Amino acid sequence: MTLGTAAGAPEGAPARGRGGRLPGVGRAAARFVAPGTAVVYLSLLVLIPIAAVAANAFGDGWSGFWGSVHNPESWAALKLTIVSALVVVVINTIAGTAIAWVLVRDEFPGKRIVASVVDLPFALPTIVAGLTLLSLYGPDSPFHLNAAGTRFGVWLALAFVTLPFSVRAVQPVLAELDRDAEEAASSLGANSATVLRRIVLPSLAPAMLSGAMLAFARAMGEYGSLVFISGDKPFSTEVASLRIFNLYESSQSTSPAAALSLALLLISLVVLLVFGALRRRLARPEVTL
Amino acid sequence: MKRLLGRYGLRTAVLGYLALLVVVPVGAIAYRAFASGFVTAWRNLANPDGASTSGFVHALVLTLVVALIAVPLNAVFGVVAALVLARRRFPGAALLDAAIDLPVAVSPVVVGLALVLVYGRAGWFGGWLARQGIQVIFSIPGIVMASAFVSIPYVTRAVLPVLQEIGTEQEQAAATLGAGPWQIFWRVTLPSIRWGLAYGVTLTTARVLGEYGALSIVAGNVVGHTQTLTLYVGYLFDESDTAGADFGAFILAAITLAVLALLSISKAEKGSPPWRSRFGRSRSDLAVSSLSTTSP
Repeated sequence: MTLGTAAGAPEGAPARGRGGRLPGVGRAAARFVAPGTAVVYLSLLVLIPIAAVAANAFGDGWSGFWGSVHNPESWAALKLTIVSALVVVVINTIAGTAIAWVLVRDEFPGKRIVASVVDLPFALPTIVAGLTLLSLYGPDSPFHLNAAGTRFGVWLALAFVTLPFSVRAVQPVLAELDRDAEEAASSLGANSATVLRRIVLPSLAPAMLSGAMLAFARAMGEYGSLVFISGDKPFSTEVASLRIFNLYESSQSTSPAAALSLALLLISLVVLLVFGALRRRLARPEVTL
Repeated sequence: MKRLLGRYGLRTAVLGYLALLVVVPVGAIAYRAFASGFVTAWRNLANPDGASTSGFVHALVLTLVVALIAVPLNAVFGVVAALVLARRRFPGAALLDAAIDLPVAVSPVVVGLALVLVYGRAGWFGGWLARQGIQVIFSIPGIVMASAFVSIPYVTRAVLPVLQEIGTEQEQAAATLGAGPWQIFWRVTLPSIRWGLAYGVTLTTARVLGEYGALSIVAGNVVGHTQTLTLYVGYLFDESDTAGADFGAFILAAITLAVLALLSISKAEKGSPPWRSRFGRSRSDLAVSSLSTTSP
């Protein structure tokens, strides 16, 4: 999956499409039908509903919007969500890069299984992820580590679901990395820490940022894995998505839930834009998951 | 010596992190699912109240029905969108490209809320739909829409790079030789993108089967009616039926492992050129093999 790459045909590819050979009306139809269908599908499914959230958020005007977002419980939920997402993204960017390094540069029996394990949190239903972590780090923990209802539990769940993004963003770039520069540096007397800091990390930085972007976006909105392990305690472990659900369930109007939804969405998009700009400054990589 | 120590140290740290975060918890759920024996676990899951109606079987069937509608819809959309983005220049292409990624940044709960606000009884289109006798929210169409929403980007993102890499030479050659647009699509384009498509469809399926947050708003969570597998597992846990929830979670985890196996196959195949097409050694095969010599 590529996020934030430019659209359009590759260089040198002709603009004329497959419909280009059709005469007259047929050509016009073929030219507009395909993009039209795609746009209508996307609009009905994604764009119009998102617009409805934005419109509903301002159902009671600007003061209604700000009142809903700045309500103490919602505000605490937003802060918790942002802080938790940042904590987990930092941890997983480091851990994910280390895992990618081991997957690319190290050789050991069973490496392919480890590579599949990395994809597991992506494919595992979030509710299963939550129950899974709860069975090990919950009240019945065999290690006597009860993280249920604590912020540590929230971070654990977020670390679980965002891990694949951090690893898969770095891994292909690391695999393509030219090792000549590293060998040259070490033959000139640089120790491995210097090689890592001066040569490897600068080349990996854009990919690490891409992974961080995806992981951050995922962590900001995560719901399923947090429902049970977080304990859903207001002011303590109630993240924004849980707060939105509770507002939707408990209040007569949908506006408070929509307002917090819009705030969450805008914060995610702003952070993604900042990360994207930062990444473009560092380089222009293609990142795929 | 120090290097070797560093290498083994890193390997141990990485494997330890993965084990504690992923492997041991997933293993624990499998262990707990069978702790009370398979038969008891199955009975718990199928009849949580000892009643004769089976919430689990209904949830399983509903999940499959939803996947069978949502995945093909998104596969068709994904291929059309990828073709449009790769082969056409039109105003708003960059916007379409960005909009396809939007669902990744939207919380599942917000997805559910957004659909309710448009297709719910009091929503923008809800009144009109109700007058036509169509119920979307708290019904299968809503569940399908929520599942399709969250899984939109994957097919496009898997197919688009493949389309950009293969270029249009083969398609143009086919057109010169008199093939129509559909013929070109079925005989040239589709065989070239099929492993990318398979990869995207597998990711889409995984995402559709696993969705929970959006469905918990859109589906209404009525036992034996609008409960998918994930909702059913959550419901069992809420009802303190941990044995049933653990077994349900194990079933979902087992499905996930099957999906992962498919993923690693299609990922491996995606990298290699599609040597043999269904149509024998055609022009497209020759074109693809010549392409593969230029790009590793």
